[in-house]
Amino acid sequence: MNIFECKKLSIGYPEKVVCKDINFAVDKGDFVCIVGENGSGKSTLLKTILGLNKPLSGKVIFDKDFNRKLIGFLPQQTELQKDFPATVKEIVMSGFVGRMGWRPFYSSQEKDKADCVLKELGVYEHSSKSFKELSGGQQQRVLLARALCATDEMLFLDEPTNNLDGRSIKQFYNLISKLNRDNNITICMVTHDLERVIGNATKIVYMKDNIKFVGTKKDFLESEYAKNFGVEQEEIIVINNKGEE
Amino acid sequence: MDKLIMFFQHDFVIKALIVAILISLCCAILGVTLVLKRYAMIGDGLSHVAFGGMSIAMVLTVADMYLMLPITILVAIILIRLTNRGKVKNDSAIAMLSVGALAFGYLIVDLFSASANISGDVCSTLFGSVSILTLSNFDVWLCVGLTIFVLIYFIFFHNKIFAITFDENFSKATGVKTALYNNILAVIVGIVIVLAMKLVGSLLISALIVFPAISAIRLFKSYKWVIIFASIISVINSVLGILLHLLWGTPVGSTIVIINIFVYFVCWCLEVILRETRRV
Repeated sequence: MNIFECKKLSIGYPEKVVCKDINFAVDKGDFVCIVGENGSGKSTLLKTILGLNKPLSGKVIFDKDFNRKLIGFLPQQTELQKDFPATVKEIVMSGFVGRMGWRPFYSSQEKDKADCVLKELGVYEHSSKSFKELSGGQQQRVLLARALCATDEMLFLDEPTNNLDGRSIKQFYNLISKLNRDNNITICMVTHDLERVIGNATKIVYMKDNIKFVGTKKDFLESEYAKNFGVEQEEIIVINNKGEE
Repeated sequence: MDKLIMFFQHDFVIKALIVAILISLCCAILGVTLVLKRYAMIGDGLSHVAFGGMSIAMVLTVADMYLMLPITILVAIILIRLTNRGKVKNDSAIAMLSVGALAFGYLIVDLFSASANISGDVCSTLFGSVSILTLSNFDVWLCVGLTIFVLIYFIFFHNKIFAITFDENFSKATGVKTALYNNILAVIVGIVIVLAMKLVGSLLISALIVFPAISAIRLFKSYKWVIIFASIISVINSVLGILLHLLWGTPVGSTIVIINIFVYFVCWCLEVILRETRRV
């Protein structure tokens, strides 16, 4: 089953087209990676799909049986969240707000589900701690827990491993793969870190200047872009190593 | 003490206290959201816009509420929309508006006002020096009504306001009507600011909005408790300010602000002490 489809989509800002003529579809159970260089429009594409940015032309068509309110989203962290006074529980529960409609308070089922998700992601013992006291890896798990409260079906992630160290990155990707495999959650992830996730991906959208490649993992690995990307990966790793030293 | 008891026999003192409690409560609740959204300066800018509105009303000799309210609400909606879209750099837009409205307001009052005591009028609008003790019954009921509205809104929509304040993109992507809630917030900010002018005057409104919130943020780590604590200290500070004003004759607005600053430093010290003891 098709969840959504981008048809002749052009993205960017009124002054500048970042990428045009994007066509691809995401099916139920897919693990889609949107990869590309900085400034290639990966995050803009994700925001356009989510309705946060308006498309310049073309359409994002969601399947009519799919409830758009049941989307989970893990955005990049904002400056504002770094010193926001909120407990882990408050943040995770806020994942339900979208589906609540006019109902003002959380139900007890929702509270139970939040506890369940927190346990599943291994951050339950931090429930009453302040978000800003947690490590980067724990914070990402909390935000992932919030996204999982919002959805059981479709998860969008925007550079989820940006602020994590090597070990946390690996754990985080394992978690995402598990959700895709065991909970049958469709994943659509923006990342610059293809090497680490490609084992689990089913589809790759590769963007550079304009969209270059959309296809299965197998096709991608056989294409010329894979080589490109391999070189870029080495560069990134070198920079990281220097940073750690 | 005798002096205080004597004061409490006057109707206007009771009225002033009721209004002070209600306005401080509204400002504190609103303040937490504004401070966390990095909108603290919006309160300041809007209070100057309200001053501009009041000047126009003074010149046209119409009741000030009828002009100040719509103008302030309108500007609040526009400001919050513009800053949300990132079209205007937040701080410079507000600085422009704030100074512009202040200059415009004073200019037209100076040129056209029929009042004999212009500087006195302007001074009391800016610093709220006398108005708190000259409240009409209508003002008091207006405050009661508004406070009930703000409280109900913030209690019933607490979860949605939290979700949007913490992460607007996430909320919007998961189907929360963020634009609607932002507009409601703008309307409430507009109303609260116009009413708060009566209490502390337009220059000191941002103090009522900012100080209780940042004091509470120092001490509490959950959003719910930050709001509750901010409300409590805001009310205590304002009541204390009015009592000191009655006893010593200091200007009401400034007294309340100085107390708020003092409490902020107390909270700051407490935070440091708590952190150090936890470490040990």
